[in-house]
Amino acid sequence: MDLTFTDAEEAFRHEARTWLKANVPKPRLKSFDTAVGFEEHRVWEKQLFAGGWAVVTWPKLYGGRDCSLVEWLIFEEEYYAAGGPFRISANGVTLLGPTLFEFGTQEQKDRFLPKMASGEELWAQGWSEPNAGSDLAGIKTKAIRDGEWFVVNGQKTWTTRGAFADWLFCIFRTDPEAERHRGLTYFLLPVDTPGVTRREVGRLDGEPGFCEVFFEDARVHESAILGGEGRGWNVAMATASSERGLNLRSPGRFAAPAQRVVELYQRLSATRDESAGDLHPSLRTQVARNWMYAQAYRWYTYYTAARLMGGGQMGPEASLMKIFWSELDVDIHATALRLLGAQGELMGDAPDAVDGGEWLDGYNFALAGPIYAGTNEIQRNIIAERVLGLPR
Amino acid sequence: MQFAFTEDQVLFRDTVRDFLANECKPEVVRAAWENDFGRIPGMWQQLCDMGVIGLLAPEAAGGFGMSELDLVSLLEEAGRAALPEPIVEHAAVAVPLLRDHHVHADEWLSRAASGEALLGVGLAQSPYVLYADQAEALLLAHGDDVYLVPRTAVTLTAQRAVDFSRRLFSVQWSTGDGMRIARGDDGRQAQADAFNRGALGASAQLIGLAQQMIDVTVDYVGQREQFGKVVGSFQAVKHHMSNALLAVEFARPMVYVAAYAVANATPHRDREVSVAKAMASDAADRVCRLALQCHGAIGYTFEYDLHLWMKRAWALSTAWGDAPFHHDRVATALGL
Repeated sequence: MDLTFTDAEEAFRHEARTWLKANVPKPRLKSFDTAVGFEEHRVWEKQLFAGGWAVVTWPKLYGGRDCSLVEWLIFEEEYYAAGGPFRISANGVTLLGPTLFEFGTQEQKDRFLPKMASGEELWAQGWSEPNAGSDLAGIKTKAIRDGEWFVVNGQKTWTTRGAFADWLFCIFRTDPEAERHRGLTYFLLPVDTPGVTRREVGRLDGEPGFCEVFFEDARVHESAILGGEGRGWNVAMATASSERGLNLRSPGRFAAPAQRVVELYQRLSATRDESAGDLHPSLRTQVARNWMYAQAYRWYTYYTAARLMGGGQMGPEASLMKIFWSELDVDIHATALRLLGAQGELMGDAPDAVDGGEWLDGYNFALAGPIYAGTNEIQRNIIAERVLGLPR
Repeated sequence: MQFAFTEDQVLFRDTVRDFLANECKPEVVRAAWENDFGRIPGMWQQLCDMGVIGLLAPEAAGGFGMSELDLVSLLEEAGRAALPEPIVEHAAVAVPLLRDHHVHADEWLSRAASGEALLGVGLAQSPYVLYADQAEALLLAHGDDVYLVPRTAVTLTAQRAVDFSRRLFSVQWSTGDGMRIARGDDGRQAQADAFNRGALGASAQLIGLAQQMIDVTVDYVGQREQFGKVVGSFQAVKHHMSNALLAVEFARPMVYVAAYAVANATPHRDREVSVAKAMASDAADRVCRLALQCHGAIGYTFEYDLHLWMKRAWALSTAWGDAPFHHDRVATALGL
């Protein structure tokens, strides 16, 4: 066991840190859940790609650096410690990307991966429907074969960043006679396909990050299928595993705010006026616990990375990680809002807002975590059944 | 960065796990609860023969010159089996303390490394000495100084513990009865190192205990039927068990990180040990309650084995600093 970084790993960290320090935009970009902010973030994605940092674990052929899992974890630590913007490319590069590498044809990989990496084409996930959320196998949107084409009718909803994305990866029912997880097919289609319309839906913070997507006789070619007709469930489960496990939310994403809450506590303790009194001692413990749990996620991940690099597989224990990071994210931001006291409720543009309202924004964002990517209740069922072996 | 144990370490762990599965079954632990010593007859010698007891002693003293990284998984297994032997106190705390301060205690070090002389430990945070009645000598703190005191020179008062195998004693003694082996700054460091090793050892045992309680409970709820179904198929039970597993899974790597920090004497070892002990104590406390709840009334009986692990976990959760103590130490280390 060696818990220090090799010279090569330290050199990689230094290179990433130096580039990020010189390039991370200041001040913060506008919210990625607005049309203007989304395009600002797209510009940033293009800049990352030009610098060679957009998809570090991908092969050089597709714009990556062939990084090891450990190097990727290092990059992520540096990215978030440097205050790097939210990655609007995440649904593409961390969810669809690995699925394309596994199931895509050569033609599909060559067509989609480079533009996904460069920010030229940004992706949204079209899975949930009004009556199929946690119960994903209950989806009803149909894609009926018509020669080489499929005719799509139905509706998707809660499509994150769907209002501004360029492409959708969707699951449709191609065999209307089949039930549940049978007869489903995974499709890749552009949002401007005739017959596809979108309606923005305000998220908890009121900004149009969500949308509903309607399909009315939209025609999609069979070449848009990923992984074979009728195999959609299998392909979707590969994506879901990426969504829950290592890929979507790396430890650096939580270690950074946990450290910033430590600094927030120190700053507030030092600058508090006397009439306000000291911060309550219970807050000190909460800050320490948040930091500890962020470290636990970090080390659990390095431990898992060593197992995977030694030939192990990521199985249903990905659900443990998803519960842990999503609840940690809520806890970190809840602690920050308690530290802020009366300023906790102030929006970013209020004159007295602290840190531009980032803690309230972060809290709003974190609250979605225990719901998306399969609710934490679904994850607990998965752990009980597939990790512990309890009966269904 | 290579966060994995070596093949040899895994092999040693598996050997100890298999050995304890055969030799330290619940009925054997239960027998130790009832006998005069609270321990398993013949077990200590077998642990010595396997190399567990002298693991941290230098080869020159008849030991194996290995580190806490070699020991930590073995302590996890000792916890899993609720092994009623003072491995942490003797092998993880007393032996390295003598190793690092052996100028006056050379003979004691080799006799402790071989397991021939059992040593008891009574330092701050753990004033009661486990199995003091059977120790040949006790390591005791007086202010900054650490003394090695023959058991025959002290007065012991038995303090019956909730885990009947934990034979605890308060000790009356005076410094004139013993040999001072560390003083002043050196004594403070000796006590700090001993405390870290004790807390690390307790953490490793707590992880093993908690994992065992999860395994036993999963077995039970997979068989017990109510309403015509096994109770483990009910979502309420599943979620309890998933929460139990979550607590253990994320505490375990921190125990290994702490073992690494102690073994390599890294600058942050106090903090890493405290993260480990706080998370292991919290995890074990949580698992105790969930395991009992998922068992229902059977788990609340003296006849059923669950309490053998549960009561050991209660004891170790508080021993060597409880979770609030270690949270505070982490907060201080972070500059809060």
